[in-house]
Amino acid sequence: MALPDSRGHFGPYGGRFVPETLMPALSEIEKAYREAREDPSFQRELKYYLEQYAGRPTPLYFAANLTRHLGGARIYLKREDLNHTGSHKLNNALGQALLARRMGKKRLIAETGAGQHGVATATVAALLGMECEIYMGEEDTRRQALNVFRMELLGARVIPVAAGSRTLKDAVNEALRDWVTNVRTTYYLIGSVVGPHPYPMMVRDFQAVIGEETRQQVLEASGRLPDHLIACVGGGSNAMGIFYPFIQDTGVKLWGAEAAGRGLNTGRHAASLTAGKPGVFQGAYSYIVQDENGQIKPVYSLSAGLDYPGVGPEHSYLKDSGRATYVAITDAEALEAFQLLSRTEGIIPALESAHAVALAMKVAPGLSQEEIIVVNLSGRGDKDVQQVEAVLQEGGKNHGC
Amino acid sequence: MGVERIGATFAAREKEGRKALIVYLCAGDPSLEVTAAAVEELAAAGVDIIELGVPFSDPVADGPVIQAASTRALAGGTNLRKILDLVKDLRSRVSLPLVLMSYYNPLLQYGLAALAADLAAAGVDGLIVPDLPLEESAPLREKLAAVKLAAIPLVAPTTPAERLQQIAAAAQGFIYCVSLTGVTGARESLPPGIAAYLARVRETTDLPLGVGFGISHPEQARLLAPLCDGIIVGSAIVRELHEGGLPAAVKLVQNLRQAI
Repeated sequence: MALPDSRGHFGPYGGRFVPETLMPALSEIEKAYREAREDPSFQRELKYYLEQYAGRPTPLYFAANLTRHLGGARIYLKREDLNHTGSHKLNNALGQALLARRMGKKRLIAETGAGQHGVATATVAALLGMECEIYMGEEDTRRQALNVFRMELLGARVIPVAAGSRTLKDAVNEALRDWVTNVRTTYYLIGSVVGPHPYPMMVRDFQAVIGEETRQQVLEASGRLPDHLIACVGGGSNAMGIFYPFIQDTGVKLWGAEAAGRGLNTGRHAASLTAGKPGVFQGAYSYIVQDENGQIKPVYSLSAGLDYPGVGPEHSYLKDSGRATYVAITDAEALEAFQLLSRTEGIIPALESAHAVALAMKVAPGLSQEEIIVVNLSGRGDKDVQQVEAVLQEGGKNHGC
Repeated sequence: MGVERIGATFAAREKEGRKALIVYLCAGDPSLEVTAAAVEELAAAGVDIIELGVPFSDPVADGPVIQAASTRALAGGTNLRKILDLVKDLRSRVSLPLVLMSYYNPLLQYGLAALAADLAAAGVDGLIVPDLPLEESAPLREKLAAVKLAAIPLVAPTTPAERLQQIAAAAQGFIYCVSLTGVTGARESLPPGIAAYLARVRETTDLPLGVGFGISHPEQARLLAPLCDGIIVGSAIVRELHEGGLPAAVKLVQNLRQAI
């Protein structure tokens, strides 16, 4: 049976846990999305922008040097970093912004962590001539100052959020509060497969272009399906995007790399699936990092895009069913992968994507040379270069190096 | 107890030709001792029903005043178990209905089965859960019904007619009418279209209507009173208590009481 069910559940996960004020808006979005999905003119327009504006399809690149260096399975990189704006986020932002316009909404709001989704949303708002406000944790505006300027350059207003931990989850809270207040005029463009139904389904569908292309490209390159797909998981949209078209192909092993931060035993991590337990947070029932009283615990990752205490409900379902395996990757491992990919392939990955590369470094050497791994390289690392330089200069000693 | 006690309170006010005054306190802000004293004194000052807020780390339906109060309460170590102990202790001294207002996750992690029994044993009369809409609320409603506690739903100005009927059909105690599209917090004026909205809700149910969000002044309460059965004041009381202490909160309650 196709998931989610009619009420947005993936097994026990997902659903709609939001203030009543938003319930009619969610029904309206779901209805509009289901209609748009079946409408050839909507699909045609989305395809046009994905190809002519975003630059799709992105290449599936055989990483010969990395493969040789690790000495195991053949490693391919799905180059989402080559998408316009530098990450997979644009796929979803384009889809939802076209939907918002179809619904007659003139104002877009979004949350952002690393700034990649904020930049993607500001970009489509500029493209389609829509008003745009981006909520971003104050701590993240500091870590990702360049992206704040990019968003402003694109005509968006960036609103720093000083509440709570001043990171991604607080930006989502503030965006939800804005939406509750301005629901009649505003479309909330959520950036990952999280939040209330229909967002986890809709964002997955808009990102599934990654997996659909990968499938075709890997068949062309090697005549068969890959053995392993590896992607990083914060909220989990790039992972769901590459996993989804392969869900029925049980021979394809699915791997998600979560942020272990400074280590799971330090309490300074953002590993909801490997170290959290199920609960209700920001609109859905899913694995979350929480204390025994159900309060959301502070999370940590060097990567602002993975620094989130929740995860998409479909990932919780894939974990429980055993279809996907989730592994927590430390800051130190991600930093090593960040440098290794830069040196071996001349590709600087986003810190988020470096978690997926780090997991490939663990998995690949133990596999035969006949096996194929596809790593979803979800974003490029330009935004992280300054931060990584600072960390490496201090000797990485606080990151378990 | 429970549904009955809430019903009797509204009935008593109606008989006097007055409206119920419902006040929200963030339990544990600044301490559970102060919350206990506030319940007793505000009850004596004329409050009819008290909502005790269970603080949550990520209160998406709340504005800055209650967010800050929740942060203070959590920093002081407040949790649901301690709030139930507080209610148990208060029950020997106050007879007004006490309802809890909590986001869903703290309830879920407590365990729904144990929760209903413990709420009833402590003397809580009902529960309001701002992030638990009708579609997801059946498990909790069943548990509460078994111990005759009220599952008090929220409705909003955006709730369509058919949905209002479904929500009202599952409601107990009273219907919490969110006055505006927005989060909690004092506003200067009344939202446009409030009369038509409350009339729409009135058509769907015989249960009392409590109106909350944005109400801070006695004058607002006086204007709203003819349209509903109870006035709910949260952020304004929380702010008075925080800034002026218990005497300031009592004074606001006295002024509100006179207005309705």
